[in-house]
Amino acid sequence: MKNEKAADIAVKFQNVSVSFGENEILKDFSLEVKKGECLTIIGTSGCGKTTMLRLVNGLLLPSSGTVEVNGQDVGKCDLIQLRRGIGYAIQNVGLFPHMTVRQNIAYVPSLSKKWNKQEEERQIQRLLSVVGLDASMANRYPSELSGGQKQRVGIARALAADPSILLMDEPFGAVDSITRRGLQKELKNLHKTLGLTILFVTHDIREALRLGDRVLVMEGGRIARLDTPEAVKENPGSDFVARLLDEEEE
Amino acid sequence: MIEFLQEVIQLYIERGPWFLELLAAHVRLSVMAIAIAGTLGLLIGIVLSEYRKAAPAVIGICNVFYTIPSISMLGILIPLLGIGDRNAVTAISIYALMPMVRNTYTGLVTVDSDILEAARAMGSTRMQILRRVKLPLALPVILTGLRSMTVMAISMCGLASYIGASGLGKAIYRGISIYNPAMTFAGSILIALLALTADLLLGMAERAYKKKRRMNG
Repeated sequence: MKNEKAADIAVKFQNVSVSFGENEILKDFSLEVKKGECLTIIGTSGCGKTTMLRLVNGLLLPSSGTVEVNGQDVGKCDLIQLRRGIGYAIQNVGLFPHMTVRQNIAYVPSLSKKWNKQEEERQIQRLLSVVGLDASMANRYPSELSGGQKQRVGIARALAADPSILLMDEPFGAVDSITRRGLQKELKNLHKTLGLTILFVTHDIREALRLGDRVLVMEGGRIARLDTPEAVKENPGSDFVARLLDEEEE
Repeated sequence: MIEFLQEVIQLYIERGPWFLELLAAHVRLSVMAIAIAGTLGLLIGIVLSEYRKAAPAVIGICNVFYTIPSISMLGILIPLLGIGDRNAVTAISIYALMPMVRNTYTGLVTVDSDILEAARAMGSTRMQILRRVKLPLALPVILTGLRSMTVMAISMCGLASYIGASGLGKAIYRGISIYNPAMTFAGSILIALLALTADLLLGMAERAYKKKRRMNG
């Protein structure tokens, strides 16, 4: 890790602390995420995993330390431009209820007027098929979709800006386990084919082990364990992970 | 009763042009007041939603205006604006501001925070969030404000003839002063019909918008 060239690093946290009043959410947190890596992040609620994601696209700025995205200091760059280049999918999806699937997916490109009408049509068709949705869905409203379909649209929307980094905060939290399984498979494929860097927050240890190139276990704002899924399974190294794995086996 | 209604109809026939003129004036004054209060109220509501610290104070002031009985509002402005249409439009506008400010503000600040966070995270500017996310989502609430404001403006405009403004209130007022109940009744009915029609049309617009955007099913 230490000899990694700077150009190969997508996201770099350097001695980052975040506190809200008395409450210290992240404590002297340092981490490098390689380009093309899928890092899954797991931990109890309040361990700082969502905070981590919010630091990457500047929704939150660190109290001390720096966060770099593709070599750029988040605290010093144009946040609007930065965010348009980072895909973002969250548990409650946050689809715009007043927009059709098409308008939702085209939202980020439309902010910078990136696509013309023809290009939009082509891209929408492409993205819908990428996330495994029928082209006929384009004109539906979110209220007319099932939970799984919404999640898929959320991912299509996150991919629309052609991002190099994808931030996902329990994106499959609200769907049944069968749909979840399907979505996980598709995400894995996407990760492989598009070469995306993914930061994926979850509270499901199975999901974390299945999707991650590396698994990051957070406890009380610090790194408790950071290793490949195999190594984490082999040697949990933390009570919390051991307990999660135990529950898994029952 | 039948005789009275016949008398009213007779009056509409005989004095048709006069009633039409009053109706047109009533619509004109109401529309002017609604346009002023609507635009101002919308702008104030938007500004307040972006700078929420100022909201309690400004809404408090609007509330004070709103608490003043409408007939007093017309009277209070006489020293400043004299009598006539100008006074009427101003008084109605001030009075109608409150529902518009309150509904715009409420509509904008109650937009789901997850949705706003998503919009922000995707790189929308503050303006883009307002225009493309907040306002469309708040529109049903804003339309409700516009609707109650419109009905209020139309009814308050009926009082404005007491301070010498035109409008259908003139028929009511004249009917009372020359002791012609049919004339008072004829004017009142037209005001009521006007208010009901405006309410119906705006209600339809509201429902059409919600249906188009599939809001609340």
